[in-house]
Amino acid sequence: MGQEKVLMTGNEAIGEAAIRAGVQAYYGYPITPQNELTAYMSRRMLEEGRVFIQSESELAAISMVTGSSVSGKRAMTSSSSPGISLKQEGISYMAGMELPGVIVNVMRGGPGLGNIGPAQSDYWQATRGGGHGDYRTICLAPSTVQECADLVYLAFDLADKHRNPVLVLADGRLGQMMEPVTFAHLPDAQPPEKPWALTGAKGRQPQRIVSLHLNLDELEQHNIKLGKKYAKIEKDEVRFEEIQMDDAEACIVAYGTSARVAKESLKRARQQGLKVGMIRPITLWPYPYEPVRAAADRVRFFLVPEMSLGQMIEDVRLGVEGKKPVYHTGRCGGNVSTAQEILDELHHCCQKTQTATRV
Amino acid sequence: MSSTTAAKKPKRPHGYRRPDTLTDAPTHFCPGCGHGIVHRLVAEVIDEMGLRESAIAVAPVGCGVLAYDYWKIDVSEAAHGRTPAVATGIKRVQPDKLVLSYQGDGDLAAIGTAEIIHTANRGENITVLFINNAIYGMTGGQMAPTTMLQQKTATTQAGREARVHGNPIHVCELLATLDGSAYLERVSLSSPSNVRKGKKAIKKAFETQLAGLGFSLVEFLSPCPTYWRMNPVEALKHIDQALSKVFPPGVVKDKTREEGKDA
Repeated sequence: MGQEKVLMTGNEAIGEAAIRAGVQAYYGYPITPQNELTAYMSRRMLEEGRVFIQSESELAAISMVTGSSVSGKRAMTSSSSPGISLKQEGISYMAGMELPGVIVNVMRGGPGLGNIGPAQSDYWQATRGGGHGDYRTICLAPSTVQECADLVYLAFDLADKHRNPVLVLADGRLGQMMEPVTFAHLPDAQPPEKPWALTGAKGRQPQRIVSLHLNLDELEQHNIKLGKKYAKIEKDEVRFEEIQMDDAEACIVAYGTSARVAKESLKRARQQGLKVGMIRPITLWPYPYEPVRAAADRVRFFLVPEMSLGQMIEDVRLGVEGKKPVYHTGRCGGNVSTAQEILDELHHCCQKTQTATRV
Repeated sequence: MSSTTAAKKPKRPHGYRRPDTLTDAPTHFCPGCGHGIVHRLVAEVIDEMGLRESAIAVAPVGCGVLAYDYWKIDVSEAAHGRTPAVATGIKRVQPDKLVLSYQGDGDLAAIGTAEIIHTANRGENITVLFINNAIYGMTGGQMAPTTMLQQKTATTQAGREARVHGNPIHVCELLATLDGSAYLERVSLSSPSNVRKGKKAIKKAFETQLAGLGFSLVEFLSPCPTYWRMNPVEALKHIDQALSKVFPPGVVKDKTREEGKDA
């Protein structure tokens, strides 16, 4: 795989990008719709002389990631929604132990076993910590196969930079769809030195990596230290895309597959004379509140298409601060809205807000 | 005068001193607890085999959690029961290191049953030090998977009854059925001679790992006077009179011996 573009599924592109990012160990457990990623890694990791284990469970997989991460190596795991719930145990420990690691969630319908259709219903879990305790994880949301590759590559850098777990939040459609993708701009990464790693106490004092702090004040200090790190991430790592926001009178806020569909709705709306723009969050945590806040002073309303009953809409409302109406649209249960459905909802919202303005 | 002062300095008995791998921190263990004995044995063997700079341990959730305060080696934490999975993740990317998973009976044989079975089954080249005291210590004396029938605990107040609570699990015998396990031995901490057997077992387990033969585990029948409601001397007797009858000490599996036979 050299300079040329190749046709790959999102799942496979994630795997190849991770290999280029220098992942030394991959641990996974089968679950649809991310199985192509585990299968890809089972072949490619061994070709590269790196570690692959099909673990006995997601609980074990994330703990194996923990073990390779305390060793100072880049490690990852992937799963889909129900499996990610199991991984939350280990993610919480990794956050407490300040360990880098990349966790890919190719979301499917829920709650419970749900189904294997694409969904965005793990947003709250992905952006609010997810497991127990006071912690955050960086969350990256690709909307194309190319971006699946780019963001996974970035995820390893961010994880090492901040010594924190990073989630890549894709969905079943992104995982399964094929698109042309290039890896030419993703050179074989050189991970940074990790003097904190457990490599045997040779020529130095023994080291420990733990999340246990029995002393209440000591844990409080640890919590405060983590809080400062999260504040720095919120300041430095916000990523988003703005589309035709300059003259927009209505603003779509969408990520991932919803954003892909909404881009087509935006195009059609413009053709019909509606001045619609879009903010596409790329980091879901830290969330791009600032562009939403700025847009709230200019647009008439916000429309938030999601493949859920409405989860990210709460972050949009936090950014809008009640200045303008914020509407949800979308399908759930593994369904995806069509561009026409979102366009119809845009027209509907226009009418609603015009009525409101007249009153 | 100066020579008199020097003569008064207490001399340690020959051969008995704190191992280099053991810190001088006072342990948090209850009087008569077996954890301190195993900690010391592990430290002695690491010293004798010259492995202090290449050893990495994983501490469990439970009474063994503070191992990093007592061992002068690199130590990682693990979630409850996931200790062998973390050890796997370490060993696979650092195959040249001595990797230890230190676990109690709740950690290993209840919440971590899947992890221990699959780690053994993959033949992960790690050593598990398994403290079987038939009770949950850290949380206040509840029934463990290895609690004996009729044994009274905080959650089997009239005694463990098979029909209600299930039967004690025999970990070594269970793991012996798996092709990936290479060396499994159960030892007792009931007497100095048994403790010495325990040390030999640890050494053998480390040698098995260093030779790359696969999964090794030493199970220690270990006293918990606090939650057995006994004094330390009674607890040691109880190991011989009760625990050892349910969990017979001995080598349960030894691939090195089997391979020797074949050759």
